[in-house]
Order: sequence, then structure tokens, then C-alpha cells
Amino acid sequence: MGETKTLDVKLQGDLEIVMTRSFDAPLALVWEVHTKAEHLKKWWARGHEADVTEFDFRPGGKWRIVEHGDSGEEWAFRGEVREIVPMELIVQTFEWEGLPGHISVERLVFEHKDGKTTLTGTSTFADKEDRDGMVASGMEGGANESYQALDAYLKTLA
Amino acid sequence: MDRLSLVFAALADPTRRAILARLADGEATVNQLAEPFPISLQAVSKHLKVLEQAGLITRGRDAQWRPCRLEAAPLRDISAWADQYRRFWDERYDRLDDYLRTLQTGPTAEEK
Repeated sequence: MGETKTLDVKLQGDLEIVMTRSFDAPLALVWEVHTKAEHLKKWWARGHEADVTEFDFRPGGKWRIVEHGDSGEEWAFRGEVREIVPMELIVQTFEWEGLPGHISVERLVFEHKDGKTTLTGTSTFADKEDRDGMVASGMEGGANESYQALDAYLKTLA
Repeated sequence: MDRLSLVFAALADPTRRAILARLADGEATVNQLAEPFPISLQAVSKHLKVLEQAGLITRGRDAQWRPCRLEAAPLRDISAWADQYRRFWDERYDRLDDYLRTLQTGPTAEEK
């Protein structure tokens, strides 16, 4: 149909990144592929092979996914499920093991809109020290800073 | 410090970001830049120095009238860097798109 799927990325306040994306699939299906390990391993790792080594989908339950790069690199991510509202909301923590201790909280909202399923993910980073630490630690962890900077950039162009 | 780190450090301060936003509208003198801020001219000068060292602004030569001008190149570096993060998520969601399609059209399409 020539429709382009784009990820909308916005900054909110000092600590948050908001990402929105729509899918041509029923809400129940989009929910399902987020809540079962057998599905997550098929898409979560950007087309790379992935091991879902832990996935206890209930409040307090832990998850862990290892992404395998093409030349043997491994990136492991983990977190804890905090809140579940079936077909509506998942709140979980997110941590890249390469930068342990820098934990963000991800709020994933599922909505049925105009015949599509829209996902809105809000990542909240801990605090300024954490953020500055992330920047000091390298690029992978500096996403929040980079978006702040991008925000400043966009403002200067507005 | 590498340039990207210098730019990040410069952008880490809200006053400096506000100064850049002001300069996006055009050149301005230190006095004009200091106007909206409840801080001293000296403090504004300090901020300008940081921005200048990061390559985010340049200053005119005339000693009396040294207008500051926004330099966009380092900001483009930042934007390109942020794009990598966007790509990471784009790829993941593209993959999800494909997978959802596979699930809806049956298992035959799943094998590559």
C-alpha cells in the first residue's frame, strides 16, 4: 500500500524517551508476541539470533535476552516485570549487561487505533548521575543524553 | 576530550542550550544573549567560551562588537549519533512487523 512504517521518537522532560510505532496486526497478536519467549526470540534481537534465557512474565518476574551478532558478539539485556494489564500495559525494567546498574523503566502501552495496533514505549532513566555516568561509559548507554542533545539541536532549528 | 564529548558536555547545560536556541534565530551579542537570563554577563561569557570550545558557536572579530553565531556542524554529529539509537529500535520493530505478518499468513512463509 506504499505506507511507510516509521518509528516516532520524542523527548519528554529531562529523563524520558517516548517511542511510538504502529503495526498492521490485531492487538491480541501484538500482545502475544511480547509476552511469550517463543515469540520474543524470533523478533526481539533485530533479526539476529537470540536466546531468551529467562522469561517469567508476571509482576516481579525476571527476563533476560541474549542477542548474538553476526561475528560472534553477544549483547545481553535483562529486567524485571513490574506491572501487567492484559492487552494494555507492560511496565518493566531494562538493563544492558554491558553497563550494569544503569536501569531504565520501560512503559509499553498497547492500543487499537484506526484498525492498527499502536505501541507507545516510554523509557525513563534514573537520574542525572546515572545519565552522566552512561555518557562517560560510552555510546551505547548514552541514548538518553543523545536525545537530549538532539532535542536541543531540533530546537535550534525550529 | 574528543569532539563529541566536548559537544555533549557543552549541551549538558540548559542555559547553553537556550543560548544556542536563541542563536538559531540569528547572530547576537553577549549583551543580547544575557538579557533573558538571571545571571551575570560574566557567567554568560563563561557559557559562550564552552560553546566556542565545542565548536558550536563562532565569534566575530571586531573587539567592540563580537556577535556570536551558531555553528551547526557539531550538532549534525550528535544527530547522526542519535540516529544509531533510532536505527536499533527501527530494526527491532521492522523485525516484529515481519514476524507479525508471518503469524497472520500462516507458518509457510516463516522458513526463509
